[in-house]
Amino acid sequence: MKYMLLIHQGSAPTPYDQDAWGRLSEDEQQAVYADYQALNETPGVSPGLQLQPPETATTVRVENGSTLTTDGPFVAIKEALGGYFVFDADDLDAAIEVASRVPAARMGGAVEVRPVVEY
Amino acid sequence: MLASLIGFLGDFDLAEEAAQEAFVVAAERWPRDGAPANPGAWLVTTARNRAIDRIRRDRTLAAKTRLLELPETTEEPVDETTIADERLELLFTCCHPSLQLEAQVALTLRTLGGLKTEEIARAFLVPDETMAKRLLRAKRKIKAAGIPFRVPPDHLLPERLAAVLAVVYLIFNEGYGGRIDLAAEAIRLGRALAELMPDEPEVHGLLALMLMNDARRDARFADGSVVLLADQDRSLWNTEQIAAGRAGLERALALGGRGPYVLQAAIASLHLEEPQDWQELTALYSELARLTGSPVADLNRAVAIAEAGDIEAGLALAERLELERYHYLHATRAELLRRLDRADDARAAYDRALELVHSDAERLFLERRRAELQG
Repeated sequence: MKYMLLIHQGSAPTPYDQDAWGRLSEDEQQAVYADYQALNETPGVSPGLQLQPPETATTVRVENGSTLTTDGPFVAIKEALGGYFVFDADDLDAAIEVASRVPAARMGGAVEVRPVVEY
Repeated sequence: MLASLIGFLGDFDLAEEAAQEAFVVAAERWPRDGAPANPGAWLVTTARNRAIDRIRRDRTLAAKTRLLELPETTEEPVDETTIADERLELLFTCCHPSLQLEAQVALTLRTLGGLKTEEIARAFLVPDETMAKRLLRAKRKIKAAGIPFRVPPDHLLPERLAAVLAVVYLIFNEGYGGRIDLAAEAIRLGRALAELMPDEPEVHGLLALMLMNDARRDARFADGSVVLLADQDRSLWNTEQIAAGRAGLERALALGGRGPYVLQAAIASLHLEEPQDWQELTALYSELARLTGSPVADLNRAVAIAEAGDIEAGLALAERLELERYHYLHATRAELLRRLDRADDARAAYDRALELVHSDAERLFLERRRAELQG
């Protein structure tokens, strides 16, 4: 089965927020990079994309034929998607195990595991 | 039988349909040809073959085609150990943490307890339709999200077993409040689990705990009111069940168990003795509180401290606990305040407990106690 792992940064520090990121020690910063690297090299993982922070998002709606754009993500900033990757696994337990290795999951964010529709 | 089929087919609906078909075939054939030597295994085999036929006919449903890769099933009967293992796998599937707790409970009762949807709905006081939807949603999720049918590997086992035990204990406690069928159902599940996982001390601990608590069922209520342990008519206790519970506790301890259920079983066992050893009970509640971080365990410790002689210390501990909305906290405070001759404070505590209590039998008990206050 294929699962998409949706990474929500929540309050996890990222390099986009230099203040928060700077409060991590050098070792902690390196560990974050190393962990994402290790995930991308895990068998079954198809590396996905990392998104710019949710503050850069524009949300588009069409009502009665006219396009409405608003600043920010569709959901609240803290709930916004930060990135994703795809994992090909035997079952949900395997996907949960990989999700638990995503740094955001232990640093104030969360990972949503969603099965992908396959035809 | 259903458990075995679901484990094999990985699909609740298909398994249910196949089981029904197998029964229909049996109803036709057995009166005519005589019942087979092993009717259970015959039914499983027949249902499996029916299910495979159905899958073959149903090729458009891509999700089910993977089942075709399974080896051809033969007419050989399924041996009992396979069925036992499949029941266990199914229990872990039903109690997977990615399902809502309510759904875990309902699925477990439906698939392993064999309760009907309407029975489960009645037990949890929800409309039939709500329960049917809850079950359907859970079954769909198991399939769509790829929740595995297996006993988790060792590194996941403690956590997942804890989830299974929590579901069984929750079913028991729903029954303990007065709905007897559910308590019996939980004990049945506990017995099955103890047979399937004979080396897990917590499994024996939970079963022992349930057996000993349930043994006092007939003595817990009189004239519509709760009867406290000390005032219970011991001749109403089920001594056979108490003995079975104590044997289970011994087994759990022999296996080196010191987990939350083993501790609670040890506590339950001590409570059945007269006089109770409140020093030992205080120590066990301390350990339980440390292990689980549960303020309810601390509340029980407070009671044990008071019973052991230091009412002031017990009250002081109770008053530090963050259990403002828990009626037992106020009922406990009321009782301890009464013993300290602080009638006004005790009355206020009874009032608060009465605001929060749900069960009529407990309400009646608290009202009587409050009325007995002097001054």
